[in-house]
Amino acid sequence: MGLRKDFSKGFWKENPVLRLVLGICPTLAVTTTAINGLAMGLATTGVLVMSNCFISLFRKLIPEKVRIPIFIVVIASFVTITDKIMAGFFYELHKVLGLFIPLIVVNCIILGRAEAFASRNPLLNSFLDGLGMGLGFTASLVVIGSIREILGQGSIFGIALLGTNYQPFLVMLLPPGAFITLGLLLGLMNRISK
Amino acid sequence: MELFLIFIGAVLVNNFVFARFLGICPYLGVSRKSETALGMGMAVIFVMTLASLVTNCIYTYILVPLNLIFLKYVAFILVIASLVQFVETFLKKVSPALYQALGIYLPLITTNCAILGLALLNVIKGYALLKSLAFGLGAGIGFTLALVIMAEIRERLEFADIPEPLKGFPITLIIAGLLAIAFMGFSGLVKM
Repeated sequence: MGLRKDFSKGFWKENPVLRLVLGICPTLAVTTTAINGLAMGLATTGVLVMSNCFISLFRKLIPEKVRIPIFIVVIASFVTITDKIMAGFFYELHKVLGLFIPLIVVNCIILGRAEAFASRNPLLNSFLDGLGMGLGFTASLVVIGSIREILGQGSIFGIALLGTNYQPFLVMLLPPGAFITLGLLLGLMNRISK
Repeated sequence: MELFLIFIGAVLVNNFVFARFLGICPYLGVSRKSETALGMGMAVIFVMTLASLVTNCIYTYILVPLNLIFLKYVAFILVIASLVQFVETFLKKVSPALYQALGIYLPLITTNCAILGLALLNVIKGYALLKSLAFGLGAGIGFTLALVIMAEIRERLEFADIPEPLKGFPITLIIAGLLAIAFMGFSGLVKM
C-alpha cells in the first residue's frame, strides 16, 4: 500500500513541475520538441533513481551535519556518469540538450528528494519514490514539449501532424513560448484541482 | 572592446533568465518585493563574478594539467558551495550590515543553476581569465536586471484583478514570457 503510494504520488498529487513548481530551468529550456523533453526527463529520472538508492543505502552512515555537501557530491558523480553515457550512445541528443545535462546537478527535485525522502526511508521505498517522481517529471516535460512542438512546428515526436497548410507559430519554439506555455498549463492545473 | 561585447552580450542579448533559462527557481521565488529582489541580485552579482574567477583558475591550473577534466562537475559544485559558505562567513565578520541585508539569499545561491551554468559556459566557450570575469559580471547584472523588473511589475500586480487560477506562479511565468519577447529585441545587438 505504502509502496504504491510512494511510486504514484509523483504523477499527479506531488508532480514536481506542475504541482510543486520545481526543476523549472530544464523544463523551460529543453522542451522545444517532445523528443527532447522525453530525453531530458529520462536522463533526470536515471540520476534521481540512482542517487535516491545510494543515499537511502548509506543513510545511516552519512553524518547529519555534512549531509547536504555529501548529497551534492553523490548527485554530481551520477550526473557525470549519465553525461558520459549519453555522450557515448546518444551523441545527437547530448548535443541538443547541451548544458542542461550537467545542470541536473543543481536540479532542485533531486536534492529535494534526497533530503526529504531518501535520507529517511528504506531502499525499496526510495527507489520507487525516485522512479515515480522522475517519470512524473518526464511526463510533464513531454506534455510541454508536445504542445510547443505541435504549435511551433505542426508535428509531434517528429511526425507531421497538421499538414503543409499550417503556418507554424514560431514564437512557441523561442524562449517566450516556453514561459507562456508553462504559465498557462500551471493555471489550468490550478483550475482543475479546485 | 571584446570584453565589453561579452559583457553587454551577457546582460542583454543572452540574458541568463530570458534567453538561457538559468536561475529560474530563485527568479520566481524572490521576485515578490523589489527590495529583496535587489538584495538577492547584489548577492548573485558578487558570487557570480567570484565563482567565475575561481572556477576558471581551478579548471585551467588544476583540472587540465592533472588530466581530471571529467571531474569538473563535482569540482565546480564543491567550489561554488564552499565559496558561498566562505563569502557568508567573511561578510558576517567584515560587514555585518551587508550580511544582514542579504540574509537568507546567500546560502540559497548554491543551488542556483545560473552559477554552475556560468562556470560550465566559461569552459565551453574557452574564455580566459579576463573574459570570464566580464562574462560573470555581465551575467550577474543581467540576472539582477531581470529580477528587479519582474519585482516591480509584481508589486503593481498586487492591485490588479487577475483570474483566480492564474494567481501566483502562472501569471509570473506569463509576464516572464512577455518580457522575454521584449528582450528578444536586443538580439542582433552583438554578433557573437
